[in-house]
Amino acid sequence: MTPKLEVRDVTFSYNNDVTVLKDISLSLNDGELVSLLGVSGGGKTTLFNVIAGLYRPQQGQVLLNGEDVTGQQGIFSYMLQKDMLLPYRTVEDNVALPLIIKGTRKKEAREIAGRHFEEFGIDGTQKKYPAELSGGMRQRAALLRTYLFSAEVALLDEPFSALDTLTKSEMHRWYLDVMDKIKLSTIFITHDVDEAILLSDRIYLLGGKPGTITDEIVIREPKPRRKDFNLTEEFLQYKREIISKIQGT
Amino acid sequence: MLLLAAWQLICTFGNVPKYMLPSPQDVVKAFQSDWQLLMSHARVTLTETLIGLLLGILIGFLMAVIMDRFIILRKMIYPLVVVSQTIPTIAIAPLLVLWLGYQMLPKIVLIVLVVFFPVTVSLLEGFSSVDADTVNLMRSMGASRRQIFRYVKLPNSLGHFFSSLKISVSYAVVSAVVSEWIGGTEGLGCYMTRVRKSYSSDKMFAVILLISAISLILIWLTSVLQRACMPWEKVNKYRSH
Repeated sequence: MTPKLEVRDVTFSYNNDVTVLKDISLSLNDGELVSLLGVSGGGKTTLFNVIAGLYRPQQGQVLLNGEDVTGQQGIFSYMLQKDMLLPYRTVEDNVALPLIIKGTRKKEAREIAGRHFEEFGIDGTQKKYPAELSGGMRQRAALLRTYLFSAEVALLDEPFSALDTLTKSEMHRWYLDVMDKIKLSTIFITHDVDEAILLSDRIYLLGGKPGTITDEIVIREPKPRRKDFNLTEEFLQYKREIISKIQGT
Repeated sequence: MLLLAAWQLICTFGNVPKYMLPSPQDVVKAFQSDWQLLMSHARVTLTETLIGLLLGILIGFLMAVIMDRFIILRKMIYPLVVVSQTIPTIAIAPLLVLWLGYQMLPKIVLIVLVVFFPVTVSLLEGFSSVDADTVNLMRSMGASRRQIFRYVKLPNSLGHFFSSLKISVSYAVVSAVVSEWIGGTEGLGCYMTRVRKSYSSDKMFAVILLISAISLILIWLTSVLQRACMPWEKVNKYRSH
């Protein structure tokens, strides 16, 4: 089976000078959530920008359903730690923006967006401005915007790292719940080991300078995950394994 | 109120000649006697101001858009724009009259010259202060340059634009009056030169008050327009405190 998304031998350097990424290869299957785990400044975000088509790699390819889409924009959407909701648009109009950009009429775009508000747990915020929402709610809206942009693959770059611990664990539960419904194939960047184990099907460890994929870990815990999965012995074992691998390299 | 009362008292009992300092009562009387005349002059001044403002905003907007789009043009034009603002209005006004006649045209040109600058500068500032990550996100969604402009840059600059517009509006009224001083047959500025020459200080005060009132009303209208164009401001301000 061809993977949904494949990154093949990507090497990237800024201005052909310092190599940031070297021979990166990874794959993402349909409906899967794969994490990229690594220290900050290790090139994770750069890799995202390459996949999103904002940067062109010196070597290698990005394939969607087996088709070369290297350097093409408008295919993958991503979501960052900052929600980047536009303060002057209502939540509804923010979320519908990717559809409007693609040429959908405003009214219709609002309607399509409106269908998902309940599913994403933000029903009732349609006519509000982002400033009226809490951080967690804003990230939900941002994820819905990402989802409406492309149901193919979503790139999430530390989406929950700016939230406080309680909101964060609430968001994790919400996220697994939503993903269970919409089955969005996702690449998830994080530097939080717990978060990676909790959410992912597989984890790639990105490390070194220039950044390379040093390891791949499969989390065999079935989805939807148990409520107390992060308190189990298996969870701790995964955590030990990952930490020793990160320190070992 | 106290100030007004003191003023009236000084004029009544202080034996100040009327041509030096008219009392508030005199000013009110001047308003009454010259009301019709003041209104017909005000109409001319207001027309010039509004046409000049609209043209100035339009030109300022276009210049900002062009300079934002083409960096090379920005480097070429921006210094010229700044230099254009260092020329004293009072010096250029007579030249404009000489070149363009005694009608409305030189007045409008002067207003445009004064108005476009704050508009251009503030819009450029607004355009270039957009969040780079947001622009990247829009690009990743496949947004065209025009769409990024429409959905991100333009609304992002509205706040800047309206602040500058309030400045522009008051400048526009003053410029209209100044250019009418220099040459012309109608307008509050003309009226001003006439009453000055006849030492009718009461009428002078009346016309000054009228000009201030016009400026204030225009500034107030700008605020009303701003609130209508930026409904989110109310929410955001309330939330950020």
